Amino acid sequence: MDPETRMLPGEVRVFDPAGLERLVEALVEAGYRVLGPTVRDGAIVLDEIASAGELPHGWTAEQDAARYRLRRRDDDAMFGWAVGPHSWKQHFLPARARLWRAAAPAGQGPPTIEEEPPPERPLALLAARPCDLHAIAIQDRVLLEGRYVERDYALRRRDAFVVVVNCGVPGGSCFCASMGTGPRAERGYDLALTEVLDGGHRFVVEVGSARGAELLAAVGTSPAREEDLAAAHAVTDEAVFRMGRSLDTAGLPELLAANLEHPRFAEVAERCLTCGNCTAVCPTCFCTSVEDVNDLADGSAERWRVWDTCFSIDYSTIHGGSVRRSSRARYRQWLTHKFGTWVDQFGTSGCVGCGRCITWCPVGIDVTEELAAIRARDGEVDRALAR
Amino acid sequence: MTPVPHRVRSRVRETHDTWTLELESLAEPIRPRAGQFDMLYAHGVGEVPISVSGDHEGALTHTVRAVGAVTSALCSLEPGALVWVRGPYGNEWPLAEAVGRDLVVVAGGIGLAPLRPAIRHALAHREDYGVLSVAVGARTPADLLYVHEIEAWRARLDAEVDVTVDAATPGWRGRVGLVTKLIPGAPFDPENAVALVCGPEVMMIFVVRALVERGMPASRIWISLERNMRCGVGHCGHCQLGPTLICRDGPVYRADEVARLLEVREL
Repeated sequence: MDPETRMLPGEVRVFDPAGLERLVEALVEAGYRVLGPTVRDGAIVLDEIASAGELPHGWTAEQDAARYRLRRRDDDAMFGWAVGPHSWKQHFLPARARLWRAAAPAGQGPPTIEEEPPPERPLALLAARPCDLHAIAIQDRVLLEGRYVERDYALRRRDAFVVVVNCGVPGGSCFCASMGTGPRAERGYDLALTEVLDGGHRFVVEVGSARGAELLAAVGTSPAREEDLAAAHAVTDEAVFRMGRSLDTAGLPELLAANLEHPRFAEVAERCLTCGNCTAVCPTCFCTSVEDVNDLADGSAERWRVWDTCFSIDYSTIHGGSVRRSSRARYRQWLTHKFGTWVDQFGTSGCVGCGRCITWCPVGIDVTEELAAIRARDGEVDRALAR
Repeated sequence: MTPVPHRVRSRVRETHDTWTLELESLAEPIRPRAGQFDMLYAHGVGEVPISVSGDHEGALTHTVRAVGAVTSALCSLEPGALVWVRGPYGNEWPLAEAVGRDLVVVAGGIGLAPLRPAIRHALAHREDYGVLSVAVGARTPADLLYVHEIEAWRARLDAEVDVTVDAATPGWRGRVGLVTKLIPGAPFDPENAVALVCGPEVMMIFVVRALVERGMPASRIWISLERNMRCGVGHCGHCQLGPTLICRDGPVYRADEVARLLEVREL
């Protein structure tokens, strides 16, 4: 490699919008299946992309509780929006995945179990958000870093190349600044882009790994000048103050543990449809169920792993019935797990402040509002539950 | 986490709906300890967590109550049939910590199954423990598990084994009443005893209360909890009870550590 173009982790470079096309090409060239944001069905979703032309340039999305609307921007920004309904868990922990199959029992020996083969190509995430990186780290903690490794997740997650895009346009439901998960990524990426519009549309890129440096060499960049660095930092510094929401996180696990019978849970349950939309869009919700299916024709069997939700009445069913029959109990499970007992279980909060659960709740239930309401009436007990 | 094929070596009917299966591994043997559980998969039907109920050399012993599609499929397997097993998962009864102390075992219904290996261990290492006091409760005489084995335990001079039923049927000459009623008269020293309790959750709550009333600290009472489990390895989320995952941190808990959680309705 030409010593002129050799880069090291920590280095900062700049490229123009055409460089984005070369970045996508370089990722495809390097053998990755490139996933990125694209506009479809009135939303910015994550899917396989073949060119930077598929990115949502010139689009933004207005977000608020139970509200998401695509809007045209008056510029050509590629990443002038926050997060959409999809998160990367759809690719690392798909909603439905076959884990293995086994032939029918026959003859003397037992049938062998054939596990699903690993994906053919590792994934490249283009335009993960800083909150998304934290969400991936949280799922890694649950599925990879405990006593047992989730094989399917590990295979999909393995060698994934991460291009994070720091946030300049937080959404109305965003509160990553409160959760300490954004709007600037600190680690966990191969390349970190900041889209700068002032003084010429360009991308300031921080190199996070050796392979990030290697890939960037194929893109064609110039060294970042002082004003590029300043402009990039200004983007995220200003984003901190444009969060649509905020959350007081002080002592949340203790607050929730002490308020399991708080009257707010019955109040929110009057609105909650227990549809599970929040858990489907949440980038950290990892609950799954197992479906064992068999082929009536040949007796072979398959095991599938499917997303589940703590809002389903079956989720907690044991012989004798469901443990959490009321929607009050199911909402409490979600909220206290996400912000409280997740810490006991996995040493980290389960929330990254992406706001998806607020935007995509059909009745506009807002976790920041629920938690603030519990805090405001700390210690109140639902009289209907007294015994 | 991939199931290991096993063959049913033997199947014994315990009650009208409960069977004990001995399973022989066709590959790597699984060696659970008392208190742990395995995930049993009936081919093409489904998978359920089942406590280990025996300690036979070279075979896994599980006592299964046919209450759903999967457990019914498991209970109908004939010797030689295929069963897939993953495990062992979860923690174990604190038999090592109880050495030198009186051992109190209180079982309700199918809750005797996970306690049976602990009782057998104590009987096999009788010199390790002080008084061995076992209280067994069942709904009716017909629901009693391991009747012949309980009779053998009762024949021993170095163990106190008492049995009661909630509702007697004609011919029953034993005790009638809840198992909690056996605790005040059980011959153990509350100052120096360890208690192992398993049964329906509400029964365990009342047993813990009765043991504490006898003067036992809740920190020396252990209970085994049940919740929905899909994976057994802490990945699926189903078995949460507040801050704990029962498949990963349990199923055996010190009563004082979960007492508050069990008091919260629908937690």
